[in-house]
Parts: sequence; structure tokens; C-alpha cells
Amino acid sequence: MALADLRRIAPPRAGRRGPRAGEGRWALLFLAPTLVGLALLSAGPIVAAFGISLTSWDLLTAPEFVGLDNFFALFRDPRFLIALRNTAFYTFISVPLGMFLSLGLAIALNQALRGIALIRTAYFLPVVTSATAVGLVWAWIYSPVDGILNQFIGVFGFPAQKWVSDPFWAMPAIIVMSVWQGLGTSVIVFLAGLQGIPQEYYDAASVDGAGRWSRFRRVTLPLLTPSIFFNGILALIGAFQVFDQVYVLARPGKPTQATITLIYFIYENGFKNFKMGYAAAASWILFLIVAALSVVYFRSQRRWVHYQ
Amino acid sequence: MARARVMRRSRRTLLYVLLIAGALLMMAPFFWMLVTSLKTRAEVFGAPPLSLPTGPHWENYVRMWNALPGVTFGTFFLNSLKLALLNTGGQLLTCSMAAYAFATMQFRFKGPLFGLLLATLIIPYQVVLVPNFVLWRSLPNPLSASGSFYGTQEPLWLGAWLGGAFGTFLLRQFFLAIPNELADAARVDGANPWQIFWRIYLPLARPALATLAIFTFMWSWNDLLSPLIYLRTLDQYTTTVGLAFFQGQFVGKWPEMMAGAMVSLAPMIILFVAAQQYFVRGIALSGLKG
Repeated sequence: MALADLRRIAPPRAGRRGPRAGEGRWALLFLAPTLVGLALLSAGPIVAAFGISLTSWDLLTAPEFVGLDNFFALFRDPRFLIALRNTAFYTFISVPLGMFLSLGLAIALNQALRGIALIRTAYFLPVVTSATAVGLVWAWIYSPVDGILNQFIGVFGFPAQKWVSDPFWAMPAIIVMSVWQGLGTSVIVFLAGLQGIPQEYYDAASVDGAGRWSRFRRVTLPLLTPSIFFNGILALIGAFQVFDQVYVLARPGKPTQATITLIYFIYENGFKNFKMGYAAAASWILFLIVAALSVVYFRSQRRWVHYQ
Repeated sequence: MARARVMRRSRRTLLYVLLIAGALLMMAPFFWMLVTSLKTRAEVFGAPPLSLPTGPHWENYVRMWNALPGVTFGTFFLNSLKLALLNTGGQLLTCSMAAYAFATMQFRFKGPLFGLLLATLIIPYQVVLVPNFVLWRSLPNPLSASGSFYGTQEPLWLGAWLGGAFGTFLLRQFFLAIPNELADAARVDGANPWQIFWRIYLPLARPALATLAIFTFMWSWNDLLSPLIYLRTLDQYTTTVGLAFFQGQFVGKWPEMMAGAMVSLAPMIILFVAAQQYFVRGIALSGLKG
């Protein structure tokens, strides 16, 4: 398990033998692109972002050192606070919702039924499509005038809603689209987990007189905790990256601020208003939140994740 | 006994009904996209929403294709294709190189370096959006009119030639499963590490390479944020930015917009149907083996 292993990365295998002569130099050659990438594009820039966050910089004039002013300003900026709140709301709703739905689905899709492969494909397909393209059709579904959703609820006598232009419905509408699109990924992870549970465990449980529910509760669920853990981290990170759906469905700020997310806030300040220091400070807060949540989450796996 | 069988059968039928209903619901947006792309605008607003088009109005696709001055949608499509292929090539080469080093070699700082790489999997790449933008904007680029990489497509693919955590991890897992004896035999015959990598490890890793290729292609093809930030002119746009731009230009022209969305989805849908096993394996592998 990729991410779960972070906590317990084995030290380099001291191995059956010492390093071969010249191996260090060969390793450097093979790793050269990766090292440059880490320094310039992924790990290094996290430090650089902190440096930039200490400046006021519009890219046209020289950056001016302002200390932690950007951070203080952020926490007084109502738009940033709304972005934080929206992202938190999105995370708290979409992560558990996606988890429950995909676990139930994976169990259903794990049955040996005729035509199951075709049915699975239908659930997986949205995963590979771009949020931009499918966002357009969702914009049409949610269209406040005569979108299909309004027509549909009209049949039951409900009044038309403005959905993504409505402060109350905007975020739920984004969440529904995101869950629809992301479901397949976690179903696949759960399916792989389910298929890794040895049949003997179920047989043994049945012999002991365990019913359906207690087999699920005592065998499936504990042995699926690695998959639950992995899906959890994927969903958590994904929840902090919401941008495309928001950009296409409800470019915030026009009718309402109800859909600004953290990433949208960074995009808006960095690349529309060219306030680099301010955007970098917001990026660093994003980094701190994700890092802190990950540490807490990885720490927690000792208590509830069972590796076979 | 008979009652138990009836129960089992009806439970199975219920499961079928639910799964198929769910599958139809999952497919509904695509169906709706296709149907709308073939309707006239009058049908979209006049006829009941679930009615089928009076005929396939392919002219929506033609209008969409030629909607913007100076460029066709084909330009966006080719730009997306070019970037996706360049990204895929870069990731395949540089991730497999790094994976080979991590899987087969002993060197200083191996553990910490691998840990650092894995940690970048967790940090959203948007965190480094600002510094990366500053970097590309300040690097001199003699080939562009502006003298920098800002406003060119290069920032959208050059980074893919500098490794990546997902691909390196995926391939390392695969390389670890290849028995050492193969490399040892080649070494006795005088092969150097590059030859062992190129002639033995890479060919054996074809399934994992296919998985990485498909994922990289998908990420590149579907990316919206980076092209939005770096591209300045219509002729450089990818399908995603092109579609978003469309949306701003053609408010309410749903048939044309849906036609654009259909065209931009087509390659991914074809790729998915052709290579579903690699998609599934990629998600399952990165998730559960190790």
C-alpha cells in the first residue's frame, strides 16, 4: 500500500552484499531527472512558496518583504474564510458520502453475476472523463431555467431551484457531481480489497454459525480496513483540490460566493489579481492543513487498520 | 428448502435491478450530453427534456468546430494530443529510470529520498502553483517571443520529463518482483546497469508501463488548471481550456457546447473501453500492493 507505507518505510536494505563498485554514480544518473524535479518543481517549491508568502509581489515590480502580513491579512479576509469554510464543508460531506456509497457498491459489484463486467464499466467510466467536459453537461442539468433537474422535480410539484446560483444548493450540487465522478476510483480499490480476502475466512465464519451481517462485521470490514484507509487519504487529498467543477459549474463571485474553494482562491489571487505573495500564503495554509491532517490520519491507522 | 431458494433468487433479482438502475443513473449524464448535442436549439427549449431529437443534427458539431475566429476545435484537440503524448513519454522514461534505481541499487540517502518522493504524492500540486509559475516566468526561453516560458506550452510538459512520485512508485513495485538472477546473469556477461535496465527490466515491465502511460495521458488530457494559467492565446489552447472558453462565449447554446464536450471526451472513452484492465489495475496496484 503506497501511502500507508509512509509511516514504516524500511531503511535501505543493507542487503546480502555491500553496494557494487560505482553503483552510487549509476544511481545518480538514473535519478538525475527525479532529483531535478524534486528540487525545482515539487519539494523545493514548497520552501520557495513560503519565501514568496513573506512578500508583497505583483510580478511587475520587485517583491517587497512584508513578514507575516499576508497571513494576518488572510485571516481577516472574508473571502478566504468563506473558501476555508466551503472546503471544509465539501470535505466533511463528500468524503464519508463517497466512502459509504462506494463500499456498498463494491460489495454489490463483487457478486458473480452474469454481465457484471459491463455493469462495472458503467460505474467506472466517469472516472476517466474530464471534469471540464462533464461539468458542462452538469451545468445543463442544473440549469436554473429549464435544466432537466428542475423539469424532473417539477413533475413531483416542487418549485424550480437555481442550484449552483443558489447559496444553499450550490455546494451540494458540486458535491453530487464530484461524488458521481469519483465513485469509480474508490469502488475499484474496494473491489481489489474484497478480492484479496481469502474465501476460507468466510467458510470458517459460516461453520461457526455467523450470519450475513456478522460475516460482514467480523470478516469483511476488518480485512478491508487497509482499503478504507487508502480510499480515505485519496478522498481527503482530492477534497482539497476541488477546482475544475467549480470553475466550470459555478465560477464563484458572480452570483454568490457559495462555491469558492481554497484552490479557487489561490487561482484567483495568484493568476487573476497577480498577488503572488498573498496566493503563496494561502498555498502554505493549504499545505499546513493537508500535512497536519495526513499526519493525524497516518498516526490513527495503528488503532484501526489491520494488515493481514 | 424451496423457500430459501426463492429467497435467494429474489434477492439476486433485487440486486440486479438496483445495480442496473444505478448504472443507468451513472450513464445518464453522458446520454443526456449525446442527446442534447444532436438536438436543435428549438428542441432543447421547446420539447420535453426526455424526448429524442427529431433527427441527428450533426450541424451542431460543425458549428462548434468552427465557432471561434482564427482557430477550429481541431487546433485544441491537436494541442491536447501533443501535450498528452509528450507528458506520457517523459513520465515513462524518467519514472522508470528512478524506479530502477530504487528497486535494484544501493546508494546513500535512498530511504529518505524515497520517503520525500512519496510525501509529494500527498501534497496537492496546487501548493506549488505560485513558485512554479514564478520559475517558468523567470527562466529565459530564447525560442519564444516573450523571452520566457510564460505564454508557451512548454511548462505543461517539460516537468513530466523530471520524474514523478506515482509512476516511480508503481514501476518500483513491478521491478521489485523481477528476480535478481536475470540481472546477475547479464552482469556476468558484461552488461552495464543501463543495458540491464533497457534490455531486461523495461521489456518485462510492459504491463506496468501501459498502466502509467494511460494514467499520464488521462491526467494530461483532463488537466484544466495548468493550461488555464500558462496559455495566453487561442491557438495554444487545449480542449479543456477551449471548452471553458466556449462556455463563456456561448451562453445557452447547449447543443454546440454538448457537441464540444462529446468530442473532447471521445479519446478518453475509447481509451478506457480499449484498456479498462490497465486502468483498473493501476488504481488497484497503487492502492493495495506493497
